[in-house]
Amino acid sequence: MSVRRLASEQPESFTLSPENLAWAEKQLLKFPEGKQASAVIPLLWRIQEQEGWVSEPAIRWVGEYLDMAYIRVLEVATFYTMFLLAPVGKKAHIQVCGTTPCMLRGANKLIDRCRERIHPEPFHVSADGSLSWEEVECLGACVNAPMLQIVPDTYEDLTVETLDKLIDDIEAGRPIKPGPQIERHHSAPVGGFRALTTPELYDGSMVGQGAGLAAAREAIAARAAAAEEAARVAANPAPAEPPVAPAVKAQGEADKEKVPNQVNQTVPASDPAVRPDAAKKE
Amino acid sequence: MLSDKDRIFTNIYGHHDWGLQGALKRGSWDGTKTIIEAGRDWIVDQMKASGLRGRGGAGFPTGLKWSFMPKQNDGRPHYLVINADESEPGTCKDREILRHDPHHLVEGALIAGFAMGAHAAYIYVRGEFIREREHLQVAIDQAYDARLIGKNNVHGWDMDIYVAHGAGAYICGEETALLESLEGKKGQPRLKPPFPANVGLYGCPTTVNNVESIAVAPTILRRGPTWFSSIGRANNVGTKLFGISGHVKTPCIVEEAMGIPFKELIEKHGGGIRGGWDNLKAIIPGGASCPIIPADQCEDLIMDFDGTRAVKSSFGTAGVLVMDKSTDVIRAIARIAYFFKHESCGQCTPCREGTGWMWRVIDRMARGEAEKREIDMLLQVTTQVEGHTICALGDAAAWPIQGLIRHFRHEIEERIDLYSRNPRPIERQMLEAAE
Repeated sequence: MSVRRLASEQPESFTLSPENLAWAEKQLLKFPEGKQASAVIPLLWRIQEQEGWVSEPAIRWVGEYLDMAYIRVLEVATFYTMFLLAPVGKKAHIQVCGTTPCMLRGANKLIDRCRERIHPEPFHVSADGSLSWEEVECLGACVNAPMLQIVPDTYEDLTVETLDKLIDDIEAGRPIKPGPQIERHHSAPVGGFRALTTPELYDGSMVGQGAGLAAAREAIAARAAAAEEAARVAANPAPAEPPVAPAVKAQGEADKEKVPNQVNQTVPASDPAVRPDAAKKE
Repeated sequence: MLSDKDRIFTNIYGHHDWGLQGALKRGSWDGTKTIIEAGRDWIVDQMKASGLRGRGGAGFPTGLKWSFMPKQNDGRPHYLVINADESEPGTCKDREILRHDPHHLVEGALIAGFAMGAHAAYIYVRGEFIREREHLQVAIDQAYDARLIGKNNVHGWDMDIYVAHGAGAYICGEETALLESLEGKKGQPRLKPPFPANVGLYGCPTTVNNVESIAVAPTILRRGPTWFSSIGRANNVGTKLFGISGHVKTPCIVEEAMGIPFKELIEKHGGGIRGGWDNLKAIIPGGASCPIIPADQCEDLIMDFDGTRAVKSSFGTAGVLVMDKSTDVIRAIARIAYFFKHESCGQCTPCREGTGWMWRVIDRMARGEAEKREIDMLLQVTTQVEGHTICALGDAAAWPIQGLIRHFRHEIEERIDLYSRNPRPIERQMLEAAE
């Protein structure tokens, strides 16, 4: 883990610009009610974009705005390493990736060059205050190594020469081109594509080709048929059978002969014919 | 070699329109309504049948993961969270999906959200991917405007998709740390159980999936699970984005079949090892946490989950890092150890203290300023970190060092001998050799 502390010199106060405040209001809508703390990282990031770094008054402001304890915001600001806790170079803060994939392709030479040209130590601004640098952990463009990031863009496939040119251009205020600094199309191999060269992929002929879609339609049809069957059954119920288990019924039929004085169940009990003894009394 | 028509990400190099119109022409959003009408169970069954294993590194079957979400809603909303916090050294595949083929992901989020009963999805993009999340946000806005997602959309399943982002913490790629970060806290992993499927984001049922797992889902459902499972070997099916970095002639990202031999991958797409095949020293097959594989085991190496496990490494995210004979392999691993030291969240003592300790020792070894008995001591400490932490970062920090000692112990010993014969700082030379 990296230990990070707030800068010793802090500004007096912090205010978010009205445009950013409107933006912040919209961010809160992304999250459920009462969960506005979720917006803390985007908000701190916006503050860094506005101010260039995250100051203690800004942290306190975020705590009040999001109804969070100050310590919780401080935790977030110090935990996440992209938040700069002290001012950096005015024109650019160069973040060179130094992790193994970049290191294997020469990132250490870039870092040495930054030491020479900007400042021997990371996070220190150059003599004229325009530049600063740091070594960062993997920036996620390993196939374009070595690379660096000057927020918000990445500059890839660097050499010491192209880094020099990049720094020259920044110092002179000339526009710089993001992405690979050599003849290369993003993450495709140098020298031309070795895959995705079939023109049929891009003329619309891939639409409507799915065997899976046919299966989906079959599944829908089968379900519709089943539902129809169920509806038909529900609409015309079969005549209700007496609730007697078949085995009991069969046994009853078989025992009919054995039991004497069996009463005919189809006539009401009040019928004198069923009660021969009652008739006798009369 | 995989034919172009079997490739899912057809705009991975960004040479065509990445917006909605281009995506529609390439077959995205084709028949999505039919898929959704076929029902939640049908989708999960198809995903299970496809054999897709999660593309974030652990390789957990995606369909099975979706099926863990509660079937009945108990009043709490369900959430889909998509993990785009791709930060492992060597891995840079999701970046290409986010910036050049984002509609695969947006469509996948709708389908996956439907399959788990979620009406909201959060896509957590790592802080450094600023342009990438801008592209993703544009793609989402286009989908809203075309009423493909959102309330009362044409697909009949209300779905809101939000982009959230981090600010430079590798640990937030761990699913529970990601949820903490999304809730506005430090990204420190939670104890499991309870698992996110029951108690996840804001205490609600949540599924966390990798970008690539979600982005391939629509195409799998469109073309059918049999198409997907016919590519690759049993238990390791489908296509996969490979990233080839390090000492190859043409580093690149490419979508290839699972189970492609390592040699074929390097020769066909990487342009071969710098200085020829015999100049290969070792590879790290799937991101920094995977143990190193020496050249003699790369000859017949099959690039999939089982193939890399057979040589005691792991497939990870298929970001292959190639090292040729000029590499100072001890320093390369020491840099990885520094990475994990830097990225430990500080919650569990074995990891917080252990990653720093391991880095300091291996950094001395890279200079030769060590004793040979310390090699075994270092190995023993890695086993005390591994498996004794809440999340897998402790394991991830231990494995590269274990792999190094397993295969390159002789180099460490030689370095120690070199230094003890002539004890003077040799750091400068070693740094040069690493490049």
